[in-house]
Amino acid sequence: MAAQDLRDALVVLALPFAAFLLLGVVRPLRRRGRLAGIVSIVAVAAALVVAVRLELFGAGSDAVGLWPWLPGDGGPMASVGAVVDVLSRKMLVLVTLVSLLVQIYSLGYLHEESAPGLGRYFAYHALFAFSMLGLVLSPSFLQMFIFWELVGLCSYLLIGYYYDRPSAARAAVKAFWITRLGDLGFVAGIVMLWAATGTFDFAPLFAMAKEGTIPFEGFGLVMFLIYLGAVGKSAQFPLHVWLPDAMEGPTPVSALIHAATMVTAGVFMVTRAYPLFVAAPDVLWLIGTVGAFTALLAATMACVENDIKRVLAYSTVSQLSFMMAAIGSGVPRAGFLHLLTHGLFKALLFLGAGAVIHAVGTNDIFRMGRLFRALPGTGTVFLVGTLALAGIPPLPGFFSKEAILTGVWESGRTGVFAVLALTAFLTAFYMFRVMFVAFFGRAHAPYEHAHDAPPSMAVPLWVLAGLTVLAGLRLAMGGGEEHAPPWLLALSLALAVAGFVLAWAAYQAGVVSASALASTFPLSLVDSLARRRYFLDALYAGLYRGVMLGFSRLIGWIDRYLVDGLLNFLSACTLRGGDLLRGIQSGRAQDYLYGVAFGLLALVVWAQLWLRRP
Amino acid sequence: MTDFLVRIHALSVITWSPFVGALLIMFTARRHPLAVRLIATVSVSVSTVLSILAYAAYNRDAAGFQFYEKAPLVEQLGIGYELGVDGISLLMVLLTSIIIFAGVFASWTVATRSQEFYALLLALVTGVYGVFVSLDLFVFFLFYELAVLPMYLLIGIWGSSGDVRPRGIFAWAYRETGVGSKEYAAMKLTLYLLFGSAFILVGIFALYVSAGATSFSFLDLEAASFDPRLQRWVFLAFYVGFGILAGIWPLHTWSPDGHASAPTAVSMLHAGVLMKLGAYGVVRMGMGLLPDAAASLVWLVGGIACINVVYGALSAMAQVDLKYVIAYSSVSHMGLVMLGAATLTEAGLNGSVFQMFAHGVMTGLFFALVGLVYEKAHSRAIFSMGGFGRAMPGIATAFTIGGLSSLGLPATSGFVAELLTFMGAWASAHPWWLVPAVAGTFLTAVYVLRVAKQIFWGPPSPHFSHLEDAKGPEWVAIVVLVAVIVVFGLLPSLALAPVDTATVPLLARILGP
Repeated sequence: MAAQDLRDALVVLALPFAAFLLLGVVRPLRRRGRLAGIVSIVAVAAALVVAVRLELFGAGSDAVGLWPWLPGDGGPMASVGAVVDVLSRKMLVLVTLVSLLVQIYSLGYLHEESAPGLGRYFAYHALFAFSMLGLVLSPSFLQMFIFWELVGLCSYLLIGYYYDRPSAARAAVKAFWITRLGDLGFVAGIVMLWAATGTFDFAPLFAMAKEGTIPFEGFGLVMFLIYLGAVGKSAQFPLHVWLPDAMEGPTPVSALIHAATMVTAGVFMVTRAYPLFVAAPDVLWLIGTVGAFTALLAATMACVENDIKRVLAYSTVSQLSFMMAAIGSGVPRAGFLHLLTHGLFKALLFLGAGAVIHAVGTNDIFRMGRLFRALPGTGTVFLVGTLALAGIPPLPGFFSKEAILTGVWESGRTGVFAVLALTAFLTAFYMFRVMFVAFFGRAHAPYEHAHDAPPSMAVPLWVLAGLTVLAGLRLAMGGGEEHAPPWLLALSLALAVAGFVLAWAAYQAGVVSASALASTFPLSLVDSLARRRYFLDALYAGLYRGVMLGFSRLIGWIDRYLVDGLLNFLSACTLRGGDLLRGIQSGRAQDYLYGVAFGLLALVVWAQLWLRRP
Repeated sequence: MTDFLVRIHALSVITWSPFVGALLIMFTARRHPLAVRLIATVSVSVSTVLSILAYAAYNRDAAGFQFYEKAPLVEQLGIGYELGVDGISLLMVLLTSIIIFAGVFASWTVATRSQEFYALLLALVTGVYGVFVSLDLFVFFLFYELAVLPMYLLIGIWGSSGDVRPRGIFAWAYRETGVGSKEYAAMKLTLYLLFGSAFILVGIFALYVSAGATSFSFLDLEAASFDPRLQRWVFLAFYVGFGILAGIWPLHTWSPDGHASAPTAVSMLHAGVLMKLGAYGVVRMGMGLLPDAAASLVWLVGGIACINVVYGALSAMAQVDLKYVIAYSSVSHMGLVMLGAATLTEAGLNGSVFQMFAHGVMTGLFFALVGLVYEKAHSRAIFSMGGFGRAMPGIATAFTIGGLSSLGLPATSGFVAELLTFMGAWASAHPWWLVPAVAGTFLTAVYVLRVAKQIFWGPPSPHFSHLEDAKGPEWVAIVVLVAVIVVFGLLPSLALAPVDTATVPLLARILGP
């Protein structure tokens, strides 16, 4: 049966790859636009069916298949393959499900795009689905890195989908460079791990961790470097700056790649390699601390942002950090649960935001208002997403966040717990801020033309909303962590409600003035820093323009005018020397006669002075 | 299959087929541009098909030099026409075939004196093939010179001039030498490489004499054992001589000027294959014949290679001329080639050879594309371009794939090469080599994507109109090279399996049992 599971997993992987090959190679098909979309959608839908079957009716046992990839003298140096276990089965379903819904939604969302552009879009989507599935099926660090980079490539291509917009082009390369910075650590880390253990594969590495061969000397550094990969991909401080800019891509892309799937790759990697991270407690401590810090930092930025997509982007950073903090505190199961539930409701929120933008043509929430009346359907599903993210029971966000808080509390990391609790409050606040400002409150413009999304967009929204509610009910019936203390349940609920009340008071009822609140002392400092994004973007821009480009210009100058200059100096000297010596060859007989005479004289003098000496 | 290849003297046919093509072009195709191109295509196709067959037929279990041929030339001096290939040289032959095949199509539009152009190009290729397949050092050297000399005419006549302003403390020297013109570039490249080959010639004679002056055969010299002190200086002579061709710092400055001035196919062949010839020389002759010296001097080779990697990448970032960017990226990547070899590990040496192949294909693709962009836009100034992606989507896609290979993205051959080099670097005696190697890939990502973004993305530049995508025969070069990059990136064992059979015994000789 395990062999059957493995085969199913490979089928799931192969379907989107086949779609990509078809779209990539067959140019006429790609240039048909919607037809290309249908090819990709059919492939992903079939993959979803197989993935669901695998999850529900599979053998349930773990299966690993490995094939040699890099040959070596004493057996292959590296292998590729697939691993089917609890983690990868659940991820297969999540990835194919969200991919499918987002692709269907895209058909409606991008209906005005040119056919070749749309074909390109769906070719990238198929490549992304393949890469992400390959990543979750990876049985080794090396394969994970391979697909890790490929999903990064898809992200780059899709952020830059509107490639003639300078802002999109900039955001695409920024995302690539910053995540690449983390990936350097990742690849260096796995190479070091390989040099020490002789393998990239998880199974033997975990066995070594069990036996005690791991940790070896310098293991902490290795795991730290590997963690750096997750810092880049899952947008942890200080490499989180690319994710908000990545919102330059089409909104469905943000939903799929920059919320539900790719950005969770870092969390997934750390979860997958958790047995190794446990052997490096210092790194685990760091993961928890950085996670909590980033969660709070991103939440403050979400509170002051006016662009609806960027609010959601900061919220994604914050929620990813929740997961990281959970893993760092020793509860990877809770982190993984949050990864799954967050994938559902964050995709829902992004697609909802896309429907709003589609209807009103702006991203700025303060130019929206009272949208609930014009877009009741979109408003309802967005409300479901908001409640889930804010942590209102019985929606799944409540339970997964609850599981994280419980786990962190029990691990004894009180500081992390306090920061996460504060973040939970802020989360409720900024989400209801968006809700009140955009969907209720005063209307800023008459929205006669605004209407709910067409079916191709509405159906994925309702499906996601329905699944979110179902997942919540399933967790409420006892799927979640069983041993949460009652006071903690009460606290979580209180935090969410407090956030709701504050947002209501400030943006709906007008009881509290938001601007007055933001200008009281400790908050004013945070407010102005958060609005300037803590100067991190400026810092990176300065490092890039000032240090890196400046240094490269210096090296370029040295190479051209010193290293090569010396060579030219030598050749110029040769040329000049040649010119000088050429003067001797004047062609006049008298000069040559003088030469002969002087030469003879010198010879005689030499013979007289030296040869006489005995 | 093997019998068949041996019976037809496959290696000789591969080597001389382009030369015959060159002769035919000179004597039969006067004023028939199409005939010139057809003869060229046929003659390189013969070589290409045979080298693919030889690659497939190579017996990986037996390993060693295969398809062996020998005919005495000057028996008194021990000079013979001796050919054979092992895993390393076989891959290089395959690379040469791929690049020249693409190069013939990439030069399809050469207008002036295309007859002479193609004849010289094909003569040059014979030299390159000859270097990779010959096992007699004397013949090796003859082929080596044959590979270098036609370059002078090709660049001097069909090249293009750039613009370099004399500055700095040596400004007067720049005015004296005429930096920037194609004649300058051709002269610089030729003199520099001849300077290097003087070192090589001295080294070859030193080994020949001290082994008893009876044979120039590589196999005989490999069996002889040389005094360690002799080994050291001969190794250094080979390192300088071949290193110049491989673009080692600070002897690399011929390469940016030369590659930037050369016509498309010549840049492709030169950066794609000839620079590899230098690295191949260091590995085959330096490390193969002088194992003790190699073991004691790799710190130098690796250290300089580290400079190459970082310095080349930073220099590439500073350039404003598209061809110079690609040329400096070759300096950086050749650093990775030398670094991998210097690690003296199986992974590193495999990575080095694979990098020769991967970089050859990638840089060939780059120069082909740059040639196309230049042909359509008549400009190489990066920062005047913009938004070309709309008019030339095919070129933009291929450029992106080349760029991704160059920054080491998985699923391209560049990744495999870099990964193996990293593995070798960390497992070597100098683990810190990993740092510049990894840093180099990041810098590459910065300059490649920056250039790609500037040229192909963003709003269309107002300076250009009537741009168009590649068409007709131009596609052949692009498609072939892109396909090779991706296929070997996905299935690296295609190349690595035979290479491994050659690198493992080589390392065993250097490191001892």
